Amino acid sequence: MSTEDTTTVGSFQLPSIVPRLLSNRKILVGLTVLLPIIVITALGESITPYDPLQTHVADKYAAPGGQYLLGTDNLGRDILSRLITGGQSSLLLGFGATAVSMSAGVPIGLSAGYLKGRVDEVLMRLMDIMMSVPVLLLGILILVALSSNIVNVILAIGIVYVPRIARVTRSATLAVSEEPYVMAAKARGESTSHILFKEIMPNVMAPIVVEGSIRVGYAIMIGTSLSFLGLGAGPPHADWGYMIATARLHIYQTPWFLLWPSLALLVTIMAINILGDGLRDVLDPRAMEGEL
Amino acid sequence: MSAQETQIRSDQDETLLSVDNLSVEFAVSDGRIQALRDVSLSIESGETLGIAGESGSGKSTLAYAIVRYLDNNAHVPEGSIEFKGRDLLEMLPAELRSVRGKQIAHVAQNASRALNPSMRIGKQIRETIELHQDVSGEEAQNRVHEVLDQVNIPDPLEVAKRYPNELSGGQQQRALIATGLACDPDLLILDEPTTGLDVTTQAKLLDLIEELKGESDAGILLITHNLSAIAQIADRVNILYAGEMMEKGPVDEVFTEPANPYTQALLATTPEIDSQKDLRAIPGQIPELGSIPDGCIFADRCAFVTEECRSGQIDMESPTPGHQTRCQRWETAVEDPIKSGTKTARTSSPGDVILEADDVHKHYDEGGFVQNLVRDHKPVQAVQGVNLQIREGETVGLVGESGCGKSTLGRTFLRLHDPTSGSIKYRGTDIASLSKSEMKEFRSECQIIFQDPDASLNPRKTVKRIIARPMEMFTDLDEDERNARVDELLDQVNLSGDLKTKFPHALSGGQQQRVAIARAFAANPSLVVLDEPVSSLDVSVQASILNLLDDLRDEYNTSYLLISHDMGVIENICDRLAVMYLGNVIEEGPLTEVFTPPYHPYTRSLLSSIPSLDPHEDDTRIRLEGDVPSARDPPSGCSFHTRCPQKIGDVCETDEPKLETVEQTSNGQQTHCIACHLDDPEMSKPLDEPAENL
Repeated sequence: MSTEDTTTVGSFQLPSIVPRLLSNRKILVGLTVLLPIIVITALGESITPYDPLQTHVADKYAAPGGQYLLGTDNLGRDILSRLITGGQSSLLLGFGATAVSMSAGVPIGLSAGYLKGRVDEVLMRLMDIMMSVPVLLLGILILVALSSNIVNVILAIGIVYVPRIARVTRSATLAVSEEPYVMAAKARGESTSHILFKEIMPNVMAPIVVEGSIRVGYAIMIGTSLSFLGLGAGPPHADWGYMIATARLHIYQTPWFLLWPSLALLVTIMAINILGDGLRDVLDPRAMEGEL
Repeated sequence: MSAQETQIRSDQDETLLSVDNLSVEFAVSDGRIQALRDVSLSIESGETLGIAGESGSGKSTLAYAIVRYLDNNAHVPEGSIEFKGRDLLEMLPAELRSVRGKQIAHVAQNASRALNPSMRIGKQIRETIELHQDVSGEEAQNRVHEVLDQVNIPDPLEVAKRYPNELSGGQQQRALIATGLACDPDLLILDEPTTGLDVTTQAKLLDLIEELKGESDAGILLITHNLSAIAQIADRVNILYAGEMMEKGPVDEVFTEPANPYTQALLATTPEIDSQKDLRAIPGQIPELGSIPDGCIFADRCAFVTEECRSGQIDMESPTPGHQTRCQRWETAVEDPIKSGTKTARTSSPGDVILEADDVHKHYDEGGFVQNLVRDHKPVQAVQGVNLQIREGETVGLVGESGCGKSTLGRTFLRLHDPTSGSIKYRGTDIASLSKSEMKEFRSECQIIFQDPDASLNPRKTVKRIIARPMEMFTDLDEDERNARVDELLDQVNLSGDLKTKFPHALSGGQQQRVAIARAFAANPSLVVLDEPVSSLDVSVQASILNLLDDLRDEYNTSYLLISHDMGVIENICDRLAVMYLGNVIEEGPLTEVFTPPYHPYTRSLLSSIPSLDPHEDDTRIRLEGDVPSARDPPSGCSFHTRCPQKIGDVCETDEPKLETVEQTSNGQQTHCIACHLDDPEMSKPLDEPAENL
């Protein structure tokens, strides 16, 4: 570890964690891929070669290369421009929804796993009920109740995935809550919230981080399905999911139309998963020496 | 190889296994670990060879090397392993398979993991038989029952049909040994067969191994860190340290006249009953074996070290024929380990009662409403009406086999569990009625130290945060004062201040336990519950932790409730003792009274189960039949009647005996109580002649 490891009682050791993060190859790879994607999509319309909504009827189904770098779609819109702006809503959806489901699912799972008994029964049965409704149907139900805009889509998808995060957290918590150090904290008279968030949570982060990184991908895909059904960010607004949905119809004439958004989705999701794996390794102090 | 060794070899051509100058290396990311260096040993048919040493000394690596189970990154640069004249290292895989299991049986450590949980016991044993012998199904089945019977498992037909989790720890170990015996091997390798078992179970298992020795002429290689097990069973002993043989010789000679400082140190760390010996720890730790320093590998920890020990090659020397030691100063470096310094008896004057348990019951798994409605659901009655007092500055020991409710009682005392009924008073106030601020004070006054130090420290927190946390909660110290106190505590538990920024996983087991102790003492507690504080530690470390606890007790005037199954540990540190069996305290009194007659029959058998370091000790032990009954359905009357060697008759089955005073000291404070229907003379008389009522 670095020598900056000075007195940092109680606070997160920011100075020493950064080099540790960057020394992990998985994190490095994940970030190298993900950061450009995030930057490019964030810049959005200011760097797109064309207006993503503008149709060039004369140039529809243009092949990649030439005037339109990645070709055009069935209405003659520039695919590259749509890809860049479409990434905004997709990424926002993926990370936003995961953040929502983590912020509700983790505390639920922690409480259920640690407090056990009646609390566990009530919380988990509630989660089971939510899980028994098909994901898409639940998303649709929530979106029908709320109005369909990007914030609500994020909220809806986030809620749909709360039970999964809660389940993973709970099972990890069940094992950790029997550890003597949790007992020692209890014997010291620590408050329940201290035990949950300071003693247990750091030790169950590994599976949660992995689960979270998988959820980001799934959330983007659910968003895709919802917008395909007309409940997400609807046309003509660009969105990777929506682009894939339309491209499906033109797969024989213009396979690249399907290829680009799929590729973008694939690369993003894989980068997030690799990053998640790396984070899990680095956050575990036991793994530290092996890496350095 | 020394001339003498060759001499011995040629005298006895019966050699079953001979390992010569064996070295084993493991390739790791930053170089190699030289796990074994120049190790030689030999076993003859019918002989039992014990291999002892601390953990990390390479005992198991040696066992794995013999059966060639080493991991892929292992490499044997030199040496040979000859089994019945054939070199195992040169065998082809097919040959090797025919030897393993059939001629050499390796009984792995930790029976609960070595048995396949999803396969019936009988099936597992049968697999070995059918693999190596051309027998019919029926013959194989008969052989299964035969070996199960041979390892003294009652009702082999029934047990063969069970799954491993349906057996007790001792029975699992027996079943595993039965698997090893299935093909009547010529060499049986037992890797830590008694570790993790209760003293009573351990004693019976050692009896079994002794019995097997008599029955067959197989050679037995007994690997253990438990020196008393070797003293009882083995014919010869080899002491291994950091991958080198330190001493070899007949058990009698090595245990009475050890010629190597390491052997002496090991013997001095092992607690013994009735010897009043002052435990001495071996300072330092087993070295990392990445690079091997010149000279004696034990030099850094040796009490007799001189400059010349640190250079050159240290060869085996022979004090007497057949007895060898890797020490060039063996003639002068001698101490009598068995009668090492005696301990001065503690003169404690117990103060006020701190904690008092009054008829405490604790039941687990009481079942939900539906469970109770549908069938007669029985809760686990872990603690059944215990009365116990702990006074200021006093150390109370709580002993018993596992599953008798010791830990539950300890945790209920600290209100980590709520008692099902009964009350626990802390300085006169029932802890159930404490207000929030009183509860906080109670928490700061009463601390707990657990068995497994690795698990009792949060892996995500540094040593400093771990130790400082109780101060943040219970004291008004500011950050600088807390830092100063952390330094002071680390110094008191003999840890270097450099460890402050380390995470627990970077520490050794002994260091971790010291951190846990520092944390417990951070807020000046008046009572510390020690739940098996040393049982997961190496013997060499155990002594130092016990000595540390002893010192801290004097310094802080703290009371201890010491929970342990190890009478040796108890004897070393306790003032008063309570013996528990199935949730009841069956004997209670000052240490010396409990350790002398009259005894409760259970206490007597616990005391006699403790193996001694003296190989000549008479074996007049009492063995308890069977295992501790289920706490879900405890026996009627005296709960011990099902296993009691001194049972009188029906009265034991119907009436529950009360704790009655048998002796009283002059001040009336220290009484010795026993719960048994026997009268005084019967509880006092020696059990040389078997009880008539058996």
